[in-house]
Amino acid sequence: MTALRRNSMGLLAWLAGIVFFLPIAWMALTSFHSEADAATNPPSFAASLTLDGYREFFGAGGGASPWPALINSTVASVASTLLVLLLAFPAAYALSVNRVRKWTDVLFFFLSTKMLPAVAGLLPIYLFAKNAGMLDNIWLLVILYTSMNLPIAVWMMQSFLAEIPVAVIEAARVDGARLPTVLARVVAPISLPGIAATALICFIFSWNELLFARVLTGVVAETAPVFLTGFITSQGLFLAKVCAASLVISLPVLAAGFAAQDKLVQGLSLGAVK
Amino acid sequence: MTATTTAPVAAPPTGAPARRPSARLRAWATRAPLLPALIFMIVVTQLPFVATLVISFFDWNSLYPDARHFTGLDNYQEVLTDPDLRNSVWTTVLLTVAVVLASLVLGLVLALLLDRRFRGRGIVRTLLIAPFLVVPVAAALLWKHVLYNPEYGLLNGLLHYVGGPQPDWISSTPLLAVEASLVWQWTPFMMLILLAGLQSRDHEQIEAARVDGANDWQIFVHLTLPHLRRYLELGALLGSIYIVQNFDAVFTITSGGLGTANLPYTVYQSFYQAHENGLASAAGVLVVIGSIIIATFALRVVSSLFREEVSRA
Repeated sequence: MTALRRNSMGLLAWLAGIVFFLPIAWMALTSFHSEADAATNPPSFAASLTLDGYREFFGAGGGASPWPALINSTVASVASTLLVLLLAFPAAYALSVNRVRKWTDVLFFFLSTKMLPAVAGLLPIYLFAKNAGMLDNIWLLVILYTSMNLPIAVWMMQSFLAEIPVAVIEAARVDGARLPTVLARVVAPISLPGIAATALICFIFSWNELLFARVLTGVVAETAPVFLTGFITSQGLFLAKVCAASLVISLPVLAAGFAAQDKLVQGLSLGAVK
Repeated sequence: MTATTTAPVAAPPTGAPARRPSARLRAWATRAPLLPALIFMIVVTQLPFVATLVISFFDWNSLYPDARHFTGLDNYQEVLTDPDLRNSVWTTVLLTVAVVLASLVLGLVLALLLDRRFRGRGIVRTLLIAPFLVVPVAAALLWKHVLYNPEYGLLNGLLHYVGGPQPDWISSTPLLAVEASLVWQWTPFMMLILLAGLQSRDHEQIEAARVDGANDWQIFVHLTLPHLRRYLELGALLGSIYIVQNFDAVFTITSGGLGTANLPYTVYQSFYQAHENGLASAAGVLVVIGSIIIATFALRVVSSLFREEVSRA
């Protein structure tokens, strides 16, 4: 392969990267423009920068404050992620280290629940929540997000824990180490990066979720994506505000995603691809 | 708890008959950590679905709860004969197939580009992953208002420079508009899976083929593509599972209008706005049947990759 050809392929890759990133870059730039500059045709690339879009988004112009929604989303995502880890770690340990009988069947049961579309269970869950007085309650979302992410977490952690050589665990046991010691000294150090990646991916999926949040929450438990649906119909000149809102609400996901970048494929493919 | 209280009783020195209960106990002790997760999943995901199945056999509008009665398969007949609902089945198929195929092909091209060494490869990879890491509603808003807007959207703004037309993207090609935004978000996903596939190729085999005089195209067709087949399948199936269920983009960009209402949106609308519980459930069951068909293939692919991993370990 000639150097020229290698360079042109690299150039093509750069071009593709820029094209895919352009909408995000434009969103970021627009969020720092004034509303008048944001809505021009042709676009004003070099317009002066301002934080007005962000001020508007955070309620300076008398609009609804996004803080309750951001806090709700944080509670729902963090609490459900913790619950997922609490349930998934023992399960993954039983499946990969202890290798319970029929462990592959159990793993595939978890996977199959992921393939059941969420929308199919939506109505009974809504009716249940209505009768139990759980509508507009953030803890209902915590439970649902836990069920949404548990299969992914069990699969991911199972594949991470399976990477620990059984001989190492056996050796620790022979030396008389009890389970907590084995977990703390042998399992944790090896599997911690994997557990962290699992947590980040579960956080992303919970943070992004719209359908359940939209149907099951109202004023009190509204999450950030539901807050964003308030921007679906145009409200005059509001592009800078929309861009600021979209960017601020996407920041946690962008941060979590880049932090988990190396394990992202393994998580998204449920551990099937390493 | 039971393990600690009964273990001393069940552990007399030797003898096969006495050992059996303790073996059973031990089996339960190894299984116990699995149970909370298993029970949680069954209660939260399987029970509601059973309820959906039951409700789908009733004529039930929540505005007239007293008129609720069993109707057998009438709801299914109505869903399958109602032109709106039938259209939404068709829309779901079109949307899913178009988005999965387009993002798979684009993802393959990007993965092939990224598989080569070049300056700044890490940065380009990061730039390419970014669209997948924008909150789906935010991404849909970005496309709807910032890119597609006929008056001041970026697309028409760029067209303005070259003196091109100024189309109203969402009104003239609504389904394509939704699809394009989804392709933008899902191409990175496909790229990541295919890149992992490319990087797991047997490089000695490729070198050997090159020494034997095979050119790049022959290596791609005869070695790379066959190796990638299962990664392509995996990407297609996982992508299908997520896109069949897509709600965010349809809800945000077109609000289900202009013939873009897919099944999840229709289910949402028929019970959230029309309060038709029975119809919504029947549509929900149909979504599930569609997903099960896809999932059967998906599970087969995952399990073949999985068994290979296990046997290699």
